[in-house]
Amino acid sequence: MTKDKLESLQSVALKVREHIIGMSTGGGCFIGASLSCVELVVYLYSEFLNIDPSNLKNPDRDYLFLSKGHDVPALYGTLGELGFIDLSRLKNHLLTNDSVYWHPNRNIPGVEFHSGSLGHLPSVAAGVALDCRLKDEPNQIVVITGDGELNEGSVWETILVANAYKLNNLTIIVDRNQFQANIRTEELVPLEPLEDKFKAFGCEVKRINGHNFMEIEEALKGIPYTGNKVNVIIADTVRGKGLPSIEAKADRWFCAFTEKETGQLMEELHGHAKAFIESETLIVR
Amino acid sequence: MGYEELLLQTAQDDERIVVMTAENRALVRNMPKNLGARFIDTGITEQTMVGMAAGLALRGRIPVVHALAPFLTMRAFEFIRTDAGIANLPIKLSGFIPGFLSDGNGPTHQAIEDISIMRGIPGMEVYCPADEDDLVKMLPHIWQTPNPAYVRINHKKGNYDHAPFEPGKAEVISEGRHITFLVHGFLLGNVLEAKEILKDEGDAAGLSVGVINMRTLKPVDEEIIINSVKNSEALVIVEDHFATGGLYSIVAETLLKHRITAPVLQIALNKWFKPGLLNEVLEFEGFTPAKIAHKVNAFYRSGTIAETFGLNK
Repeated sequence: MTKDKLESLQSVALKVREHIIGMSTGGGCFIGASLSCVELVVYLYSEFLNIDPSNLKNPDRDYLFLSKGHDVPALYGTLGELGFIDLSRLKNHLLTNDSVYWHPNRNIPGVEFHSGSLGHLPSVAAGVALDCRLKDEPNQIVVITGDGELNEGSVWETILVANAYKLNNLTIIVDRNQFQANIRTEELVPLEPLEDKFKAFGCEVKRINGHNFMEIEEALKGIPYTGNKVNVIIADTVRGKGLPSIEAKADRWFCAFTEKETGQLMEELHGHAKAFIESETLIVR
Repeated sequence: MGYEELLLQTAQDDERIVVMTAENRALVRNMPKNLGARFIDTGITEQTMVGMAAGLALRGRIPVVHALAPFLTMRAFEFIRTDAGIANLPIKLSGFIPGFLSDGNGPTHQAIEDISIMRGIPGMEVYCPADEDDLVKMLPHIWQTPNPAYVRINHKKGNYDHAPFEPGKAEVISEGRHITFLVHGFLLGNVLEAKEILKDEGDAAGLSVGVINMRTLKPVDEEIIINSVKNSEALVIVEDHFATGGLYSIVAETLLKHRITAPVLQIALNKWFKPGLLNEVLEFEGFTPAKIAHKVNAFYRSGTIAETFGLNK
């Protein structure tokens, strides 16, 4: 990866994080899980997927499915930065005059399918991948899941079926930020050794630092990893990445900050003074 | 032409059709060799099958999806509601052995709340064929609508030559002054026999009995329900479904909407039925022609109809 490209990706990622912070006030959003997958979403749209604002209805395009759903501010920020949607729409967050809310809506260009109920989109993506296979078309189908989402049996059910149908055009990226909603995954329903689990289910697995663009590029470049297996990338990430005052904190899942606080978080993002957060934690959504 | 033959022919004429099953091949036994890769068996995975059907539908396919009715509608319910329902995708659900047709399987296999939960999904169409002839007459319509649809698959041979299927219309088999049966599914056969008993039985000259085969429960034929109330003294609703959420509830909603009331006898299930061979079940649960006729006769002769409602026409 050239230095220019890396800097350009990092610059987009920084802007996406600004948009996420912007959406964490006035009703709030699932800020931690959005910040953890920024590099993944930015890289996929900028470099990997054959998707652009002009081919959104074209059956030849690649597909990205955001299965955990509540990380949608990362997607909307990226779609805004890359020209899929007008950035001014982000200001419509939680207003009924638009479709920008806590989970993805298909009315937003670039959103392939709604999600929010965990464990659905691996199967929907497998259906798309199967159709591409039936038509012998080269589309890449990528699903981003949460790690807590892997509690859902339907994820594993789908992996069994997708491997039975040898869907090597399907790639599952796990945003391994170590947290369920309110607690560390390993303290509630342990997932490790996670690579072994996916391998036992027939997948080819790579594990990377999900905030490192060069590692993301390297992992995606090799797809399909083998002739006939579902590709899995476990992307180790940090919930709340970029904002040390909320990073990897169990009680910073859904956050509704005051405008004063988001102003401070914006400063913190840019490496200035750390924010002082007074808003309550653990708001249940 | 039976179910499988019609499905194969439709799929051969229309590339958009894919046939899916969660390893329930009873209805689609010859599909693998005849349809090739467009036959998709996902194994015993109702949720994944429905999710994949949504993905296939996003790519322009029309998935016709097979599983036992209880596992299709209940194990995969949230996938149907969220992936087929919210997106209003044309996923066609074929539920096998619904209602009493699960006979000896036991309550795990009894889909007797399926109509209630499927019709609760906005946009979902619900069909209840009386027999194979009725099924085959409605399938071409079902498979070409742009909406998700649930079919209570019933391919038992019947003794009745059904009228051509009309979308949104029930089938009027007979009209009656005294009572009108509203019925769906395979119980139509028993109701037709009960009608013959009622014609001859009793101390009076017998009853004039109407029989309506509802066919489509959603969207329901409201006009036929209203006309049945107008044209006869009482309704009898017979269904192999829980007392809540099925045809009785649909009729109640319809009558309330139109500010109409009527004496109604409900013959339905209040709990899971006793498993056994179908005829044993019907006898035990009181759904044989004789038992249906007996209940109707007692209801009609009790005098409550005329006294309570003053409808002695």
